Amino acid sequence: MGAYVLRRLIQSVVVVIGVTLVSFLALQIGGDPTYLFVSERASLEEIEAARRALGFDRPLHVQYLSFVGDLVRGDFGQSLSYRQPAMGIVLEALPATIELTLFSMLMALSLAIPLGVLAAINRGTAWDGSVTTFAMLGQSIPNFWLGIMMILVFGLYLRWFPISGHVPFLTPLIAGDVGTAFGNLPRTLFHLVLPGLAVGTYSLARNTRLVRSSLLEVLEEDYVRTARSKGLPEKRVLFHHALRNAWLPVVTVIGLEFGFLLGGVVVVETVFSYPGIGRLLFAAINQRDIPLVQAGVILLAGIFIILNLLVDLIYVRLDPRMKLAGGRG
Amino acid sequence: MSEHGGVGAGPRTDALLAASRESDFRRELRRAARVMVDARWPVFAVIFLFLTALAAIFGPLVAPFDPNRQNLVLRLADPMTTGPDGGVFWLGSDALGRDVLTRLLYGARISLTVGIAAISVGGTIGIIAGLMAGYFGGWVDDVVMRLGDIQLAFPFILLAIMFLVVLGAGVWNLVLVLGIGQWVTYARIVRADTLSLREKEFVEAARALGDSTPSIIFRTILPNILAPLTVIASFNVASVILSEAALSFLGLGVPPSVPTWGSMLAESRDTLVANKWWLAVFPGVAIMLTVLSFNILGDWLRDFLDPRLRERT
Repeated sequence: MGAYVLRRLIQSVVVVIGVTLVSFLALQIGGDPTYLFVSERASLEEIEAARRALGFDRPLHVQYLSFVGDLVRGDFGQSLSYRQPAMGIVLEALPATIELTLFSMLMALSLAIPLGVLAAINRGTAWDGSVTTFAMLGQSIPNFWLGIMMILVFGLYLRWFPISGHVPFLTPLIAGDVGTAFGNLPRTLFHLVLPGLAVGTYSLARNTRLVRSSLLEVLEEDYVRTARSKGLPEKRVLFHHALRNAWLPVVTVIGLEFGFLLGGVVVVETVFSYPGIGRLLFAAINQRDIPLVQAGVILLAGIFIILNLLVDLIYVRLDPRMKLAGGRG
Repeated sequence: MSEHGGVGAGPRTDALLAASRESDFRRELRRAARVMVDARWPVFAVIFLFLTALAAIFGPLVAPFDPNRQNLVLRLADPMTTGPDGGVFWLGSDALGRDVLTRLLYGARISLTVGIAAISVGGTIGIIAGLMAGYFGGWVDDVVMRLGDIQLAFPFILLAIMFLVVLGAGVWNLVLVLGIGQWVTYARIVRADTLSLREKEFVEAARALGDSTPSIIFRTILPNILAPLTVIASFNVASVILSEAALSFLGLGVPPSVPTWGSMLAESRDTLVANKWWLAVFPGVAIMLTVLSFNILGDWLRDFLDPRLRERT
């Protein structure tokens, strides 16, 4: 157990170093990165001055070490379009993105388990057919297009839900203003419905399939047959025996799921003009504001790595078999 | 199947083996067709993909207009509008008066080319890395697998965004980035299969006969592990097409002059509130049906190659 935790920690550190290396190299891959930071009409002297100011005239390994040093101090450089520290701008947009990601993840998981169970216990019937068809479709629809379609139907035609905007919940909560936060909550959720569905549908579809197939597998295990032959009611067999093992694969992918959702959030936020990191990245991409793109990407990647680490550590506690085996190979 | 190949067989046995392999092949083909027809949907998927491929290849010949020809009089024309020169905008026109159907046909080129090219790049890297890791083991294995872990620990779309912002738009940049995004999946599967094949008798036999290591890896092991990869490839084309659409939507795909389904959707956002639905509906349907077809095809291939899976699920 201890050895596993230690190994997992070292692995995370290696991954973090990998991420910094990749983000650093990404800048260098197109040739001299100075040109990304100066205007197209800059004179040769201006380019030379910028190169020296940004430190691109130094040897690569020196540049990398100073890049990492800056990162450790939380310095991601100045945003080119905002003329402010890039990290500050990204951090301001972070709570909105977390709200959207959590909302879609909770929605996806809370619906995937009942739907998967419904399909598995009614295997081969119309229920199963509709759920699997829905899951197949859900995995094939581009999330941003789903967002556009929902704006057309539920926003513009039926006028049930708002098609853009965001009411903050986490920001006042962090500031200590609990009253405002919970006063906002109903409207926060209301604004999250459409973007949340757009982001979460892919995960919902995939996890539904996962729960269904893993439950079908578990239902054929010996211990389930034993439980049945003892004369236990089917409900008890299902909930106390089969399901406990059937959703373990879902728990394993929660961390990875978060990564997929973050990817979806980046695109879907743009569709809904939702003021999170995704929309910020989109604007930064279009203005070629490289420090801002880097800050956003590195922050999201960092969150993803930490979450995956936490999920893995929690998983060891959840599954007793892992403790016996001394962790995963 | 004929995985124990004709090691040291004389010419007559070779002919016999070839004959039996031939009938094996026919039998497999028949079984493939039967599984496909039984499942119904794969038939539609294949037909749709065939038509999309035709559109991608012959699109320019059948397209009613030039994809970039602007018509400022007929901007945002409804579907089925007839232009002054008698040309019909079957699926309407966009904010610059360009024909939506024509752009859809050209968009099929990008989606299919990028999808298949990216899989070829990722598949080649992944297969070679997996074969090396599985066959040689030791530090080669460690390096390959840890690199894969690092890549998977990083949300792929973020990686793609970072590289494409610097590299700039372009089909081949897109193919490269999306391809590199896929190699780990192939490497992991190929490694596992190679590990188990490495100790099999027919590989031992090849080694005993003095075959060179590259020959053992590429001519003895590789042909026997290709089948399951086709399943992965099919699902992967689907997800690459989705990623391509998303990146094009963000403005990171191909240059704006090249019509793609993703960039058409990006442009449709400006006219959404004015209820110009056709600009948003048709490219999305095209992406969805193509991705759906590849997913259905992947399911079918898996059922066909591993009937046990079908019995279980």
